[in-house]
Amino acid sequence: MPEHTPGAILEATGLRKTFGDFTAVDDVSLTLTPGASLAVVGESGSGKTTTARMIAGLEQPTTGTILLAGRQPPGPRARTTERRRFAQHVQMVFQDPYTSLDRHQRIGDSITEVLALHTDLRGSARTARMTELLEQVGLNPQQAISRPRSLSGGQRQRAAIARALAVQPRLLVLDEAVAALDVSVQAQILTLLQDIRRQTQVAYLFITHDLGVVPHIADEIVVMRQGRVVDRGTTTEVLDRSQHPYTRALIDSVPRRGWKPRRRPATPT
Amino acid sequence: MSTYQIAALGRGSTRLGRLRGLIRGRCVLIVAGSVVAVTVLTAVFAPLIAPYDPNAVDPTAVYQPSSSAHWLGTDDAGRDILSRLLYGARSSLLAPALVTLTAGLVGTALAVSAAWLGGWYDRLVSALLDIVFGFPGLILAVVVAAMFGAGLTVAVVTLSVAYLPFIGRVVRSAALRERQLPYVSALRMLGVSGRRICLRHLTPNLLPLVLVQIATSYGYALLDVAAFSFIGLGVQPPTAEWGLMVANGSTGILAGRPEQSLYAGVVIVVFVIACNLLGGSLSQRLLGDNR
Ligand SMILES: Nc1ncnc2c1ncn2[C@@H]1O[C@H](COP(=O)(O)OP(=O)(O)O)[C@@H](O)[C@H]1O
Ligand SMILES: [Mg+2]
Repeated sequence: MPEHTPGAILEATGLRKTFGDFTAVDDVSLTLTPGASLAVVGESGSGKTTTARMIAGLEQPTTGTILLAGRQPPGPRARTTERRRFAQHVQMVFQDPYTSLDRHQRIGDSITEVLALHTDLRGSARTARMTELLEQVGLNPQQAISRPRSLSGGQRQRAAIARALAVQPRLLVLDEAVAALDVSVQAQILTLLQDIRRQTQVAYLFITHDLGVVPHIADEIVVMRQGRVVDRGTTTEVLDRSQHPYTRALIDSVPRRGWKPRRRPATPT
Repeated sequence: MSTYQIAALGRGSTRLGRLRGLIRGRCVLIVAGSVVAVTVLTAVFAPLIAPYDPNAVDPTAVYQPSSSAHWLGTDDAGRDILSRLLYGARSSLLAPALVTLTAGLVGTALAVSAAWLGGWYDRLVSALLDIVFGFPGLILAVVVAAMFGAGLTVAVVTLSVAYLPFIGRVVRSAALRERQLPYVSALRMLGVSGRRICLRHLTPNLLPLVLVQIATSYGYALLDVAAFSFIGLGVQPPTAEWGLMVANGSTGILAGRPEQSLYAGVVIVVFVIACNLLGGSLSQRLLGDNR
């Protein structure tokens, strides 16, 4: 049994994942405390999604251990009751808000379905909680009867967040959760996520290829390249003072809002 | 045999592809829809609109040509051909409906459960569907009829089995794609049971495809039931049924009275074509494809 530090809600140690003889993730270790927010950045193919899926229990690590509040996640063959008990430890928000919602299900129903599994709320109390969740993510309660098709990308992502929050998870894994959205909508969702974190003490593992969004969401950064962690630190440390050439290259490749690279003049676009 | 034509349809031949281009015409849709609707109404209201009892034998009026009394003439037993066609719509339409609905229900259940559970169960289901797919429906029917006797029930059960692959194989591969979608991972993480994911999430999302497969199989199933009846393995005389009427009328052909076979044959062909055109446009509307 791996060591558990009291208070940590996520302890991933020496995670490694191979597909055939290709190593997608190599010796990645991450720790999160309640209410913390950690960004995992890196270019496409650096193993971010694979790391996120292992922590979310959707993929089994080849080697390494994952502890969520000291408990090992259920395996792929785990019974429903076991997965259900584990649901409040970690939930995930996916990149594509359209395919991460059931397209035939009204968004209100997708939330009440979860509430039915995880709470004792019945009837109007359940509906009231569903409405509350919709309001919490900035959706109009009248949109409970909408199907994903009739919502915008941002609204769908809000609905997906509300559904995940319905189990009151302690860790939310967000895999490129704003990447598919327009820049102005991205900012709204990031603000929303910050508010939710303040209100609920949920921790975030925020996966992104875009360093530009990181200051808005994360306290700490892990930089991945070719499956390995090449740089890590607090957000300000990494963004302002990192000496790692790969991190610098990533920072310089961010052309837009957020913060400006300090050592070079902004390149005209 | 007609069962093979659906196979070709599944693989998508170019000639059918060009035919699908035609389907786009709204006018074709309206005509095909009207033909199907009128035929169904005819089946429902046959007792009200048929001028005669379809089984009323009249030895004095055998092989009558068309007249104001018998619009389409009479057959070898003096029965009114029009009345038999109208009543015949009932068993002719009902039997293939049972076939396609049974195959749709069982095929979808097999396909979704196989795609969900995977492993040996999926391999078993796929193998069974492949075996049935490679087995000509008519031969299957002859074997089953030899064991259990001929009749409509045997024909419907046999054809339901024979049609399983047309639903099952297509729905299984769609279900395999569907279960890869993130919402399924999300539901699993949320602790939703596999059974509930299959019944409340995967199946409703696959339903349009199932309906399209049922609709496109329907015309062929009708043709197969008619063929069964024609060779004596389906509906038994004296029941009025189109396939049986084609068979029954064949004696009249030698006597220079081909009307019964001709009319019944034309009705079958027109209805089957209308069904397939309708199925094709349904496929475009529900699935947005032009396979
Ligand atoms: N199921 C899989 N089978 C084989 N290779 C995979 C699989 N999933 C991911 N990979 C590979 O692992 C590498 C990392 O992928 P991923 O974790 O998705 O990176 P990122 O999210 O950082 O873009 C990629 O090269 C990808 O092709
Ligand atoms: Mg990714």
